[in-house]
Amino acid sequence: MRRFGPLGVSAFALLVLVLALALFAPFIWQERADAVNPADILRGPSAAHLAGTDPLGRDVLARVLVATRLSVGLALLATGLGVLAGLVLGTSTAVLGRRVGRWIGTLINIAVAFPSLLLALFFAVIFGVGAKGAVLAIGLATAPNFARIAQTLSATIAGRDFISAARIAGVGRFRILVRHVLPNIADSMVITATIAAGNATLAFASLSFLGLGVQAPSYDWGRLLGEGLQQIYIHPAGALVAGLAVVLAAMAFNLSGEVVARAIGLRSTQTGTLGGPPPPALESPMPEVPDALLAVHNLQVSFPGVRPVRGVSLSLRRGEAVGIVGESGSGKSLTALAIARLIEPPGEVTADRLSFLGQDLRGDDVRAHRRLLGTSLAMVFQDPMTSLNPVQRVGRQLAEVVRTHSGASRRTAWERAVDRLSAVRIPDAARRAAQLPHEFSGGMRQRAMIGMGVMASPSLIIADEPTTALDVTVQKQVLQLLQNIRAAEDVGLLFISHDVTVVGQMCSRVLVMYAGRIVEDLPATALRSDARHPYTRALVAAVPDMETDRSQPLAVIPGRPPDPRDLPPGCAFAPRCPLATDRCRTEDPPLATHDGRRVACWHSDLAPAVVPALLKGEQS
Amino acid sequence: MNVWVRFATRRTGRLVLSLWVLVTAAFAMMHALPGDPVRAALGPTAPLELVQARRAAMGLDDPLWQQYLHYLAGLFTGDLGTSMTSGLPVSDVISARLGSTVQMAGLAFVVAVVVSVPVGTLMAVLVRHGRRRGGDLAFTSASVVLATIPEFLMAVGLVFVFSVQLGWLPVAGKAGPDSYVLPVLALAIGPAFVLARIVRVEMLAVLQTDYLRTARAKRLPERVVYLRHALPNALTTTLTLGGLLLGSLVAGTVLVENVFAWPGLGGTIVGSILAKDYPTVQGVVLVYGIGVLLANLAVDVALAVVDPRSTIRES
Repeated sequence: MRRFGPLGVSAFALLVLVLALALFAPFIWQERADAVNPADILRGPSAAHLAGTDPLGRDVLARVLVATRLSVGLALLATGLGVLAGLVLGTSTAVLGRRVGRWIGTLINIAVAFPSLLLALFFAVIFGVGAKGAVLAIGLATAPNFARIAQTLSATIAGRDFISAARIAGVGRFRILVRHVLPNIADSMVITATIAAGNATLAFASLSFLGLGVQAPSYDWGRLLGEGLQQIYIHPAGALVAGLAVVLAAMAFNLSGEVVARAIGLRSTQTGTLGGPPPPALESPMPEVPDALLAVHNLQVSFPGVRPVRGVSLSLRRGEAVGIVGESGSGKSLTALAIARLIEPPGEVTADRLSFLGQDLRGDDVRAHRRLLGTSLAMVFQDPMTSLNPVQRVGRQLAEVVRTHSGASRRTAWERAVDRLSAVRIPDAARRAAQLPHEFSGGMRQRAMIGMGVMASPSLIIADEPTTALDVTVQKQVLQLLQNIRAAEDVGLLFISHDVTVVGQMCSRVLVMYAGRIVEDLPATALRSDARHPYTRALVAAVPDMETDRSQPLAVIPGRPPDPRDLPPGCAFAPRCPLATDRCRTEDPPLATHDGRRVACWHSDLAPAVVPALLKGEQS
Repeated sequence: MNVWVRFATRRTGRLVLSLWVLVTAAFAMMHALPGDPVRAALGPTAPLELVQARRAAMGLDDPLWQQYLHYLAGLFTGDLGTSMTSGLPVSDVISARLGSTVQMAGLAFVVAVVVSVPVGTLMAVLVRHGRRRGGDLAFTSASVVLATIPEFLMAVGLVFVFSVQLGWLPVAGKAGPDSYVLPVLALAIGPAFVLARIVRVEMLAVLQTDYLRTARAKRLPERVVYLRHALPNALTTTLTLGGLLLGSLVAGTVLVENVFAWPGLGGTIVGSILAKDYPTVQGVVLVYGIGVLLANLAVDVALAVVDPRSTIRES
């Protein structure tokens, strides 16, 4: 019961109460409800009659309680009918073959468009006024909805492999339906039916209230409500108690259904505390770079219960291209977002230093840096398909940058946008600017994103896996474009990728990240031959090149990246490292600086050749 | 432009098909009735000659296909038949009462939208990143309860509080502007909260998207991020569901009109079902159906304008 929460438990309790009343109330209160007392008509609430009496002196509360059976019973009957009719209609589209199925589907779609009360009125005319007519009317009125749901559900099931297998095995359509499809959609249908029973209770009350449902001398809540409304001035309790009963019963059904649906469909939301105070930097302070465009020291990013970036330090000069490389989950993208101040709560960013163009970006007041970041920092994100606003014209999304930050007029901004689009080699830029993102190809969208970045005059471009989501053929164009802009405009480039080869080609310096830390910082030229950290060497060795022996299996790094929630005490790479010793497993190595390069490994002095050999040893 | 032409053709095709189904259903209703509709309307004591004369006048003795064609032809000239109780043309009965119903439904829809969009947006912005969990829970629970209360119960409750207890507003009828307040509120409160919840959920989803991150990366003022980038995207789904709501609003008027003795079609249809005045029922059902179809059409067109992808996406 616990997983349904207090709301679920109270909903179930209410539902049990409603069903119990429906079963037992007439046995207990029937006499009281029918006892006419001319001496006691239309009395207000009293000890003898908690909700007063009606125009014939009958006890209102007893009548409402007794009416539970008819109200809920008829609603359940109508729902059952609706489910049955809906199942037959909805699954028949799968059984009857394509042509007939499509016609039925179209009819269902048309019927669903009409509110069920209108359908119920329509059927009430055909089946006649009265309880039987109302049950049929409400049942048939809800059928299209169930049919649509059954149709959608069985269509999903029908696409599954085991149905194809049954079909190939020669199992007939009807048998497939009964044996395979129905059991698989039963859960969802039961939940939907529970919710629908609540709505049927309301619908039934509506019809009876209008005088089209239960007829005198029988009475359900809707009838009591209609009768009570006549006396609402003298004796409001009559209408209000019946109304309350309808709402409570409907809510009991609705909420129970919703709660079960949610409990089945949703995983528990994880909670946790923030990962504690940020630990001190595990690296010596960076040597001051006098003309640094970007200087970061001991940058940490934490989310409740986890600290995915654990102290990153880097600096970047104008015109320089620095790459960050690492597996997914190594914290490289979060590092980029943190530098750009785009981490949102509950994420928290701390740093001993975070300065861009000489300005300190730390602190909560991001607004203070709005203009600086908006004009001097450009971001290019991983997935161009989702990074542009789908309902705004591309040109407008570009123009917005200078409209906001430079106060450019609409016209100037648009012209600039067209100019920038052609600068990123989008053909026919004037026409393209007026288009929406979905009219662009993936490569064009990424170029448009870059164009957006160069609307103002950026000093730094942060590109977070800009080509990962693109076709191989257009990857090269986008990389070339970034390279050209960097060279021509003397812009710094922070290039993030999991592809060590691309980073090696694009950047002069490479930072290798593992489990939220930089483990090595080296010139791109040293990447192939002179990497010191075993992880870097393994990354390089895992990339096949022209000399790779094709008869051997491709080299892989054994093991998995560690879970940032549960890091080993020493070096995070130790469990996967062929060189790991006891020291590695207990002490996290600092990122130590040697002649302009940095490496965090206790064994950085081992000969580079050793590692690939060790990796191959793992393979066999 | 090509896309738009195709969208218009497809949408008109669907409208015509739906209309045809609706008209045929209305026609079939008269013939699906158990027994003779004329006998039912005139009562068991009416002389046989009168019943037969009336049947002949209504063409009920013609072959079915002829009646169907006659019915269709009548529809094109605005002839919906003659009321069996008042003897007036059904089209006159409807046109006398349609305006009141449209006024009520239209006003309620406007109120629902005007309330729900700002409320839903505000809630999303306030509770994003899991902040203000208490307020969020209170809003969600309150809106679930309010949305479960059907229009006519809401109407009874409002009458009790504002007319009976406080005496501020009239209990029923349609007269001055104050007589509109309770019916419109009764009709609008439920849908307003349903819509507000949808707007909230959609906004929260949109606030997580990559393109919102792009907007923030451009360092636009928050107002622009929320109103110009997030809201239009959140509204596309809201509009789709809002259309269904507009349809159910049309149905809700039937009940609310009966609570407030509002001189609209809702009273007419219930009265004529009880009086077995089938030609009038047939006509009113047709009008309600057309109302729903037009509401759906309006939403689809609005959707196509706000989010042109929807014209391509649907097939």
